[in-house]
Amino acid sequence: MSDQQPIHIVPPVNSLRMVRTLMLVTALCGGLIVAVWQITLPAIAANKKVVLERSVRALIPNAAQIVEYDVSDKGVTPGKGDPAAGVVRFYAAYDKDGKLDAIAAEGGARGYSDTVRVLYGYRQACECIFGIQVTQMRETPGIGDKIITDPAFLKNFEKLDVSLSPDMKSLFNAVKTVKHGTKQFGWEIDAISGATITSKAVGRGINDSAKHLLPLLIPHLEKLGKGEGGREKGKTLGSALSIPFPLPPSLFPSEGETA
Amino acid sequence: MQLRASPHLHSGRDVPTIMRHVVYALLPICGFSVWQYGLSSLALIVTVTLSCLFAERVSNKLSGTVNTLSDWSATITGVLLALTLPPAFPLWMGAVAGLTAVWLGKSLFGGLGHNPFNPALVGRAFVQAAFPTAITTWAPAFTAHRFTEFIPSSLTLPLMQPNDISSWVASNMVDGFTGATPLARWKFEHFVYPVQDMITGAASASTGETSALLLVVCGLYLIARKFMDWRIPVAVVGSALLLALAFRLFGGDEYPPAHLVLLSGGLMLGALFMATDMATSPVSPRAIWAYGAIIGTVTIMIRYFGGLTEGVMYAILFGNALAPLLDKYLQPKVFGARK
Amino acid sequence: MSRSVIQASNMEQLLEGIWEQNPLFVMALGMCPALAVTVSAFNALGMGLATTFVLICSCTLISMLRHFIPKEVRIATYIVIIATFVTLVDYIIQAVSLALYEALGAFIQLIVVNCIILGRVESHAAKNPPLSALVNALGMGIGFTIGLFALGSVREILGAGKLFGISLFGEHFQPWVVMVLPPGGFFVLGLWLLFFAWLAKRKEQRPLIHAGDEAIMALRATTEKGARHGA
Repeated sequence: MSDQQPIHIVPPVNSLRMVRTLMLVTALCGGLIVAVWQITLPAIAANKKVVLERSVRALIPNAAQIVEYDVSDKGVTPGKGDPAAGVVRFYAAYDKDGKLDAIAAEGGARGYSDTVRVLYGYRQACECIFGIQVTQMRETPGIGDKIITDPAFLKNFEKLDVSLSPDMKSLFNAVKTVKHGTKQFGWEIDAISGATITSKAVGRGINDSAKHLLPLLIPHLEKLGKGEGGREKGKTLGSALSIPFPLPPSLFPSEGETA
Repeated sequence: MQLRASPHLHSGRDVPTIMRHVVYALLPICGFSVWQYGLSSLALIVTVTLSCLFAERVSNKLSGTVNTLSDWSATITGVLLALTLPPAFPLWMGAVAGLTAVWLGKSLFGGLGHNPFNPALVGRAFVQAAFPTAITTWAPAFTAHRFTEFIPSSLTLPLMQPNDISSWVASNMVDGFTGATPLARWKFEHFVYPVQDMITGAASASTGETSALLLVVCGLYLIARKFMDWRIPVAVVGSALLLALAFRLFGGDEYPPAHLVLLSGGLMLGALFMATDMATSPVSPRAIWAYGAIIGTVTIMIRYFGGLTEGVMYAILFGNALAPLLDKYLQPKVFGARK
Repeated sequence: MSRSVIQASNMEQLLEGIWEQNPLFVMALGMCPALAVTVSAFNALGMGLATTFVLICSCTLISMLRHFIPKEVRIATYIVIIATFVTLVDYIIQAVSLALYEALGAFIQLIVVNCIILGRVESHAAKNPPLSALVNALGMGIGFTIGLFALGSVREILGAGKLFGISLFGEHFQPWVVMVLPPGGFFVLGLWLLFFAWLAKRKEQRPLIHAGDEAIMALRATTEKGARHGA
């Protein structure tokens, strides 16, 4: 410090200029984001639908039409936006005669490295799950990803018992993943040896979703299953997306009730 | 002050001499495995060893150092590595394991003496992570035509999936062959393997870990000739045994009987021939005891509570990683010095 | 460094980012996405292009605004601008390919904190005219993309036997599972770093070898002798 240094006169910082610059930059950025969001929104929505529809179709190959619904303790409404808390999203698959064939819904639980999400198909005739499609997972390749390919594991879901208890409030038996080779009952899932954590995530995901969805949904299934004429529609996936359907008051509660 | 310095210059024994005797001690184990599994085992040992020697030579050339093939260390790495692999392991995967062992486990750190981890186990850990199915596919021993034909999966084309051995197993009609190791059968079925099978080599296992008895005899030779520190295997096996007894005593039938813990899997092979690697184990006596106890404990923890059936490999690698720290904190007290 | 950059021609600047100052292999920046998302060549390329997009747009815009931004709030301004372009790229990837979006996961949003970008902005774009900033960012972006691709292709070839999803070895290929797991990322990155270090060393040594072959040989002979003696 003994060196003689020229004294710099620091110009006073103009606060107004800083605020102004920041405001301008943020305004510019905000505008950019909103513009791009609006441009990409339809494409993103379409992409998401395609992905979802592909999974539902893989699950229920002979579905002629797939309709998106939400169900809560207030009743069934057409699927709209992201489901709020207490609302369960499901997909109703209709055959070509317009009769309700099956229900598909998505469940998720934490697996080994991330959430494992599975779409499961439900039929009322057997009160069972008849198949699953893994929609999201990041499990260890060669180990955890066997939940997609292992035939013995997938066999668990050909007729997985999810019947309701007599009071219709809960599952009669919770869906449970058991240690490899110890499956005894129809509601149990035989885990893949070496991939127990992932197998359990699948079971938990299905159980958590089904125990909410089915007690809410089953009282309304009759109405959903009506034939061509009286069928009420939610949002149809895929090509029929743009066709609007009138919503009769019988199924969907009035706006006052929902609010 | 007791120091297990390497190399043991004081007794006129240099590294190559010690290494050569380790190879002698491993020969009976190799011979036994060839007698059990025939051509496949022989080819596996030769392939892995040659790939290690090749890797060592290439490293010498690239780094411009002297030829280190003559110090026998690459040979030992190769033989030990082959002994930890399953007998039906495809030869090309064995070669991958050998190259990884020397390059990743040793050369990159600067060659013999500079490697923090046992090279053979680095090679095995790599192929276990790369080929998890092949490394847990076991083949029956003592098949009728073992000296005239290979186990089909041994001769798999490079980069390809192992040939299916189920029809070969069926055609050899091995009674009661389940394809699961004693440890796996305990873990999944709570089945206690007969002691006799684990000593005579009838149990499914890696090429060189089938007979705990033979391993102990060969290890004793090295200990008797003072080529190996007896404390390490004693600490490893002792801590594993104590823990196994304690769990069995207080935990009951949930936990395997102690003899199963000692005789099955790679505990003996690891304790005698891998944990004792001079470059990767501590030097001072107190640190050695701690090192062995850590390996034994981690082995038991992995076997009992982990997802894997066998934990010796990771336990030793873990011990290797701690070895320098143990040496630092458990140094012998210098006489008259204050802490 | 900035002085030499200012003097260098555009072409040289471009090449510098791609080769001599390669962000991944020479400067070792941006390691987080490099290890996390390079399980396939497609993912690596997607991540590289997304980063390049953010890099180019942020650098150019900041270079244009460099006289207006007071230095007291420059970092805040830079972050706002970078975050904006990351948000844009987030939407664009979702619109282009949802599969890629799922595969890249949180690492798209994490481009915000990629040190290559803030580093380029602070050390180059804030001091140079837009064209120079753009060229520099483009070079770095290409360099980063090449780096990611080098990792991703090796990991996909060994880990799945494929390149861009096209099978290379037939259906019986044995995948090296470790290559698509995190350790595989470290192994392959380490090998590439080794390769680049070796190249650099060779380049350094070459004139030396021509100058004094004999000296080196003599030196080597002595060290060999010493090593043998020591053993």
